[in-house]
Amino acid sequence: MLTGIALAACATTSGAKSAKSAGAAAENPYPSTYKPYPGAPTALVGATVFDGAGKRYDNGVVLIADGKVVAAGGPELAIPDGYARIDAAGKFVTPGVIDVHSHLGDYPSPGVEANSDGNEATSPTTPDVWAEHSVWPQDPGFSRALANGGVTSLQILPGSANLMGGRSVTLKNVPSRTVQGMKFPGAPYSLKMACGENPKRVYGEKGQKPSTRMGNFAVNRQTWLDAKKYAGGDRAERDLAKETLAGVLDGKILVQNHCYRADEMALVLDMAKEMGYKVTAFHHAVEAYKIADLLKASNVCAAVWADWYGFKMEAYDAIPENAALIHRAGACVIIHSDDENGIQRLNQEAAKAQADGRRVGIDIPDEQVVAWFTLNPARAMGIDKQTGSLEKGKMADVVLWNGSPLSVYSRPEKVWIDGALLYDALDRKRRPVSDFELGQPGEGDVK
Amino acid sequence: MKRAALMLAALAALVPAGAATAQDFAITGATVAIGDGSEPVANGTVVVRAGKIVAAGAGVAVPPGVQVLDGSGMWVTPGLFAAFSDMGLYDVQAVGESDDRSADTSPFNAALDVTPAINPAAQDIAVSREGGVTRASVTPFNGSSIFAGQGAIIDLGADANAVTVPHAFQLVDLSEGGARLAGGSRVAAYVVLHNALREARDVAAMGPASDRKADAMLTRADAAALGPVIEGRQPLYVGVERAVDIRSVLALKREFPKLDLVLVGATEGWLVAGEIAAAGVPVIATALNDLPSSFEKLAATQSNIGRMKRAGVTVAIGMLAGSNQPRYAPQQAGNLVALAKLPGAAGLTWGEALAAITSIPARISGLGGTAGIKAGVLAPGAVGDVVIWDGDPLEVSSAPRRVFIDGVEQPLDNHQSRLKQRYHDLDESVLPKAYDW
Repeated sequence: MLTGIALAACATTSGAKSAKSAGAAAENPYPSTYKPYPGAPTALVGATVFDGAGKRYDNGVVLIADGKVVAAGGPELAIPDGYARIDAAGKFVTPGVIDVHSHLGDYPSPGVEANSDGNEATSPTTPDVWAEHSVWPQDPGFSRALANGGVTSLQILPGSANLMGGRSVTLKNVPSRTVQGMKFPGAPYSLKMACGENPKRVYGEKGQKPSTRMGNFAVNRQTWLDAKKYAGGDRAERDLAKETLAGVLDGKILVQNHCYRADEMALVLDMAKEMGYKVTAFHHAVEAYKIADLLKASNVCAAVWADWYGFKMEAYDAIPENAALIHRAGACVIIHSDDENGIQRLNQEAAKAQADGRRVGIDIPDEQVVAWFTLNPARAMGIDKQTGSLEKGKMADVVLWNGSPLSVYSRPEKVWIDGALLYDALDRKRRPVSDFELGQPGEGDVK
Repeated sequence: MKRAALMLAALAALVPAGAATAQDFAITGATVAIGDGSEPVANGTVVVRAGKIVAAGAGVAVPPGVQVLDGSGMWVTPGLFAAFSDMGLYDVQAVGESDDRSADTSPFNAALDVTPAINPAAQDIAVSREGGVTRASVTPFNGSSIFAGQGAIIDLGADANAVTVPHAFQLVDLSEGGARLAGGSRVAAYVVLHNALREARDVAAMGPASDRKADAMLTRADAAALGPVIEGRQPLYVGVERAVDIRSVLALKREFPKLDLVLVGATEGWLVAGEIAAAGVPVIATALNDLPSSFEKLAATQSNIGRMKRAGVTVAIGMLAGSNQPRYAPQQAGNLVALAKLPGAAGLTWGEALAAITSIPARISGLGGTAGIKAGVLAPGAVGDVVIWDGDPLEVSSAPRRVFIDGVEQPLDNHQSRLKQRYHDLDESVLPKAYDW
């Protein structure tokens, strides 16, 4: 029973060989088969609208049709004929919530060993593994993230046991029989990397390199040097690990770097310069506040929790004002979960971080805070042209909240993904139930 | 907010931080929540004298001669009670040498007692105090036995004396995890339990110098530690999750009628809520557990607590240990209020939700007043644990501004707050940050 309150922290791991990039290798051997479900032209009328891109409309109107956002605006926005009207007075509308750091599917519920597929902890560098090959689409966690968290897109990352954990996969949070049926069309891959305690602990305990932070860097640098050699050649021979790293060097694959401490993030930024790649986001960046200026100058996002604390040495200097201090410096803030429970409340975590900022004199308006769990993660996942805000032409990924999303008293009432209503708190049949839950106690229950 | 800030400045002037002795004071004009399940009252008054609550609510007169603190714009609650926490037992969870929560290779189990290890200066106590937590039960975790040992009740005062009730309970794990510890199955766990209780009875019946039977499996210290459990003088906390396992635990009462059981976990409690209520066994549960994270939690739902409450179970939000920090309790309580709005879900009223993190866990932990100490409630004679909040205490945007324990105002600084102060700017134009303290 104590497993339920065991150290949450971060998943760890991954290995060594990888996939394509510019060569003859197949660019997309496991293509998305996701097709949006049908939806009706819908007008959400009278809500407070946070568009995710920093705008707020009181008594606003949001129009969606053909799976896309048609418009978001104030009460003056005309509602065309043929739109189903939803009275949203007193309610709130935001873009679908996006989690840049999830392990749903690769560390699913139930958390039994047979389903534990998030860390290929057999080699400190495994850029050859792809998270999508571990994702179990029947993980009940996806439905909780949808119903309680309003999550419409999420990035599944390999764990952090390894320096280079493998490729991520970005999903639409749509139930599917296959992972391909969830894959976000056109989303770029990311390489998961990890600093600090986890890789050196996992491999140090096995009596192998790396067992220190300097070992972490040495292994990383040599791996990059080898990858550069490969990338500079004809790339004719398939090498799954080097294909991933070459993709990073080409700028086609993003880098999501688990890194807690400020000093290590600064070193990683220099390593990226040395090797010629770009870090997209630091994850679990609990000390980002100490180098907010550097993150701003480097144009790197910091993905953080609101107030996790005390679970490991490299989290000892975490402070609840972290997000607000990063935001004040002009750097990009993302609230992430790394947790199948936390993903259900990213909005509340953002609200806590906002309030912690306010108490030290940093006032951040609600419409900007909403970007911490919508547009900013979309940006770090390379899908901000398609989703993350309620701007015209984007995917109609929309949450109707029954109150302010920055209040503990609010829940998603309806969630649309590409314009299809996939969750409705007022209609019990509009609630996904995974295969695993059929015929079990609590099938179809509110969760 | 501005007005509230001014009021706080006034409060600060009246009540010097870190005062070492209990003050007599009254807070007026605040929204007051008693913690007994009732809804908050506007423009209320709380009177504290000699470290105890004298009165709280609307229409309470301020006695002459006590300091009056203007609580306009503020909320006042009893201090939060964190049931089943691990506070004071570690500095960093993943730094093994700082972690006293479990003793995996100890030859002892039930005899283990957290009391001498609890560190009142631990950061998690300071951080929780800043979060409005004033008292807690502290539990050991299981090492190599289904018996984890004995927990204690503490207050979070910034002083040397944390433990107010030692030997407050014994913990036994009869969940999946306990089954593994017992040798590999639930079947084995029940044999281990029965044998242990039998040996405890034997040891209790014999003199300290007497020899035990040759087949004794427990150390004498462990068997002796279970004596008060057998006699019902020490509560037995039972970790259990699955519906059928809860039934098996409740059935122990038939065999050992004196057992004073408390269920910890009870993820599937809602499926057997009527039976738990009929047995009069209280529950300490997590609030937002809604995933089938193991096969013993298939029916997990956030409605668990609300449904048990409706069935008449005394249930507290707890298990505030590990990464589930005690200061998260108000957020979890607030989520159960939110749940009440969803069709098909069972949540709590606001007053019930506050009670689930104040008076109810205090009562389950033996601080309901029958043993002399009453905590978790702003009732006459209760300990003077009072928290002044800058808003609705269950709302995620709110935080404590002032915390009193036994009428003594508490410092709210800690490692985190000092870092916050140092890094409010990144200016190192004159000296490095290391000189900024």
